[in-house]
Amino acid sequence: MSVLDFFKWLQYSQPLTMMRTSAWFFPIIASIHLTGLALIGGAVLVVDLRLLGLGLRQQPVSQIARDAERWLLVSLVVLLPTGILQFMCFAATKYYYLTAFWIKMAAICLALLFTFSVRRKITMSDEVHGSPVWSKLVAVISLSLWFTVAIAGRWIGFP
Amino acid sequence: MSVLRFCEWLAATPGSIALHESRYLYLIVLTVHVLTLCLFVGTAVIVDLRLMGLTMQTVRVTEVITRLLPWTAAGLVTMITTGALLFYAAPLLRYQNIFFRAKMVALLCAGLNVWMFHKGVYRSVAAWDLDPLPPRRAKIAGGLALVLWVVLITLGRMIPYQVYWLDCDRQPESAIVNLLVGCK
Repeated sequence: MSVLDFFKWLQYSQPLTMMRTSAWFFPIIASIHLTGLALIGGAVLVVDLRLLGLGLRQQPVSQIARDAERWLLVSLVVLLPTGILQFMCFAATKYYYLTAFWIKMAAICLALLFTFSVRRKITMSDEVHGSPVWSKLVAVISLSLWFTVAIAGRWIGFP
Repeated sequence: MSVLRFCEWLAATPGSIALHESRYLYLIVLTVHVLTLCLFVGTAVIVDLRLMGLTMQTVRVTEVITRLLPWTAAGLVTMITTGALLFYAAPLLRYQNIFFRAKMVALLCAGLNVWMFHKGVYRSVAAWDLDPLPPRRAKIAGGLALVLWVVLITLGRMIPYQVYWLDCDRQPESAIVNLLVGCK
């Protein structure tokens, strides 16, 4: 079965056909997804701003990162299921042919990988680490990746 | 001049028509409006969670507020600017929208909540600045703000979906619906 076959099978499965006929299901799911967006925005920004020497700059990076990580995880618990449900509200093949969809999927993978590997290692260590330039680079990469996810996500819904 | 007349007049101005009919500008304004959620609501949520004692418990409340407030304010300015442009692009469609109307009321409530917090329990912040769990009134203000963010986001997202349910051009509707939606 090819990827396209899988998307076609998904598109005509019964629960998805039912969800597509409801006018209210999609905007409600989308609203919850946007609430998750706001939360992840706060959880990511507060750490990246700190790495850039902005925001809560009098606090140790590791402490802010530890506090924020919990809410980053909460936001992901909100975002991932509602994101999958939104995907299921429309013809799956619509997404197969949308560049923005594949860009978003790739950017999510990269952003999560970067956040929980390099960024986590840099922000969680208590000892004084690397040069400030390195910290700032990590923040810029993190912001760029999440920004790509958000922009591509918004673009999926555009005509 | 009634609000309805004003909206009709605004909708007929060249700028409103240009923004409404534009291929990309409208979508760009909309994108900025939605993504600014991260900055505006995102930073505000951190403050609200601190007020509820759910994050950064070892950081002074005043520090969280004063360090993050400039970013929240920048987000608010962007939100109001892009929001005004979105209204300008389709004044009548927004004015005659139950979700838009409810969103403005919720926005007023959110503003009132912030104002009451600053005029009330925040005046005595020196006494509880370092408390991991702020006093009850601060917790309530933070919790109320969180609820209002969810309500605001949901109402905003619902604005384009009113047409599935009702439309001023599709009469007859009940008098109460016409009154709430502001149909002629």
